[in-house]
Amino acid sequence: MESDSKRKKECSSSPESTRQSFPDEVLERVLALLTSHKDRSSVSLVCKDWYHAERWSRTRVFIGNCYSVSPEILVRRFPNIRSVTLKGKPRFSDFNLVPHDWGADIHAWLVAFADKYPLLEELRLKRMTISDESLEFLALKFPNFKVLSLLSCDGFSTDGLAAIATHCKILWSEVKNLTELDIHENGVEDRSGNWLSCFPESFASLEVLNFANFGNNEVNFDALERIVSRCKSLKVLKVNKSISLEQLQRLLARAPQLVELGTGAFMQELTPRQCAELESAFNNCKNIHTLSGLWEASALYLPVLYSACSNLTFLNLSYAPLQSVELAKLLVHCPRLQRLWVLDTVEDKGLEAVGSNCPLLEELRVFPADPFDEEIIHGVTEAGFLAVSFGCKRLHYVLYFCRQMTNAAVATIVQNCPDFTHFRLCIMNPGQPDYLTNEPMDEAFGAVVKTCTKIQRLSVSGLLTDLTFEYIGKYAKNLEVLSVAFAGSSDWGMQCVLGGCTKLRKLEIRDCPFGNVALLSGLEKYESMRSLWMSACNVTMSGCRRLASEMPRLNVEVMKEEGSDDSHADKVYVYRTVAGPRRDAPPSVLTL
Amino acid sequence: MSPANLNESSDSDVGSLNFEETKLTLGLPGVECRGTAAESGGKSGVKRGFSNTIDLNLRSSSSGGDKRCGGENDVLGSAKPPAAKTQMVGWPPVRASRKNVMRSCKYVKVAVDGAPYLRKVDLEMYNSYQQLLGALEDMFSCFTIRNYLNERRIMDQVNGVEYVATYEDKDGDWMLVGDVPWKMFVEICKRLRLMKSSEAIGLEFILQEHLPRTQVQVEEEDICEGVTVAVQRLLVSFNLVPLV
Repeated sequence: MESDSKRKKECSSSPESTRQSFPDEVLERVLALLTSHKDRSSVSLVCKDWYHAERWSRTRVFIGNCYSVSPEILVRRFPNIRSVTLKGKPRFSDFNLVPHDWGADIHAWLVAFADKYPLLEELRLKRMTISDESLEFLALKFPNFKVLSLLSCDGFSTDGLAAIATHCKILWSEVKNLTELDIHENGVEDRSGNWLSCFPESFASLEVLNFANFGNNEVNFDALERIVSRCKSLKVLKVNKSISLEQLQRLLARAPQLVELGTGAFMQELTPRQCAELESAFNNCKNIHTLSGLWEASALYLPVLYSACSNLTFLNLSYAPLQSVELAKLLVHCPRLQRLWVLDTVEDKGLEAVGSNCPLLEELRVFPADPFDEEIIHGVTEAGFLAVSFGCKRLHYVLYFCRQMTNAAVATIVQNCPDFTHFRLCIMNPGQPDYLTNEPMDEAFGAVVKTCTKIQRLSVSGLLTDLTFEYIGKYAKNLEVLSVAFAGSSDWGMQCVLGGCTKLRKLEIRDCPFGNVALLSGLEKYESMRSLWMSACNVTMSGCRRLASEMPRLNVEVMKEEGSDDSHADKVYVYRTVAGPRRDAPPSVLTL
Repeated sequence: MSPANLNESSDSDVGSLNFEETKLTLGLPGVECRGTAAESGGKSGVKRGFSNTIDLNLRSSSSGGDKRCGGENDVLGSAKPPAAKTQMVGWPPVRASRKNVMRSCKYVKVAVDGAPYLRKVDLEMYNSYQQLLGALEDMFSCFTIRNYLNERRIMDQVNGVEYVATYEDKDGDWMLVGDVPWKMFVEICKRLRLMKSSEAIGLEFILQEHLPRTQVQVEEEDICEGVTVAVQRLLVSFNLVPLV
């Protein structure tokens, strides 16, 4: 075949090929077994033959920053890709810090894929923009397409989804069907609730259907019910708030095989008979290990869930404002829980119940129910976190929003749980000190990095001086991602991090007193990182220009705000790239 | 009540706490810079101190007297303060989809005379007054409820102080909890206040002094209960809003 002869030509032109100890095909078969991206990258660096063998055998590619490489470069290097994962905007775009038209549009990629990867099966996007036209293009051009996952993406409406659903008709005739439609947490414009009814009557292959964050937009329930009935392989069903308890019961009755369930709104006036039916439906679902949704869950109906919780490993209650007693009662039924997401309405008492009932817990996330309400002080405190750390020795991932914390508590917490890999603490009032001693929170994070040698991801908050960053630079040798806000005293802090954290990949900073000296101290470093974000710091345009001129393989992008000083670089985004400066930047983004 | 009002009233309150507690004002209660109530007091002081650094510096020395407030201002010199009083973009770092998780229902603020901070309760979680008052007792756990079903009164056993549950209705009137059917109450209640009975009595005397005798109606009932209830009715009929 053409590709084979082409490949042989490439190999025979290199001097190493004569010394090859086994044929390419064998090498490729071996390399095909490699799945980890890191391993594959390492393999490709061994020698030219291995580089070529690796690139021909690779079928899945992960691109952490869509601008680090261009579609042309990608398709040229890897001819046989079936699965693409792309991430676009910087993470702070989740919090409205990035202009809406910033970029990360998928279309140019789809055009390249249609040409070179017609057999593409999977597309997973995070923080990318995808239009309805692109969705239709995707539906029409890729007959083998199976898996679409959109996480925190924008730019499309239900019209685009209807296009995906509709063109399954064509796909069906070749027995190549969509198995996964995962549209999680997006700003999806609802043009009509009818996109679900666009799936043809014969469509029965869906394994994953997730439209949990479609807001309150109604969907065509009949169509949904029929899909659920037909798709016997459906494993994951996550519906949005518009689905009532009564409707949920009907869906569950048709899908007892579900492994992951996201309910709709969990409050409704039910008759005792309806309640019993719902409880019975849950009772029949013996395979559920992930449960989410539960919007506005009222204490009255939580008990219907109990029988389905015995195998539960992930419980997402972050949309259910439960009180401590309700949570405690529920957790008694969830002894195998490994991951728990809750709202801070459960308060410290609720977290005590977590500590008592969930010995296998590995991950805890506590979200604020009223993040912007300054008048009322409630939620969780250091006491709750402590209680969990005493009871859950396997804890290694925490995201904790609170309004008060102490250095001593954090020190105890990490003594109890030294295996933290992800420690994300958000003391919501910026620059707030230890509320008991009035000292900075430096020692807290010092304790974290000294005790938790495996720490990979850290988010710091509270009143912090450069000492925190000295600790991080000195001890956090495995740190890959660091988020900093309203912290530090001088450039030295950032310099410590850049100099000490050898494995650092992503650094995101906002509202800190770090300036050009700090920025430029990382000159050598940024090429080994995915990206750097700095906003509302003391960096100037001339500092950014100097960085851009000294490091041609970095893109240095500046977003200026209205009314700011000409010399001030309000938002800076620096990332390594082999694709050169991007050509699709909007006027608000300056590439230096 | 905007944060601005809150700050003004509490800044002037800091130096003269006891007097302020009994004085009739229209400000919000409780959120003051107190050194003793460690968590909330320190925290609220800190919070206000941070976001209104400039304001506190210009105002009274009484705010400097509180160690937390003053300390907060000093230590903050290094970090960059956010825009005072305005909500910062993207802070706290919570995604848009998480911003409105609270039920669109009946969370009302509960103020208790003498407590340094307010709480919120969801009235829809309860089916009766008894349940509600039981929950309030749990929340402000220094009080224990007396078993007087008709009185809607709560007793602090430690200090021997009695509290009367009152609420502000949709018309802005302050009413005694318990008169209307529970479901109607949930509908019309905007906020709750546990008011000290003694304070209620004190107010009655103030009123008596300032009003012509013919307008004061005190019912002939048991002294303890009647005074409380009567004072409530007085307050309502004269459209006086007590300290909340």
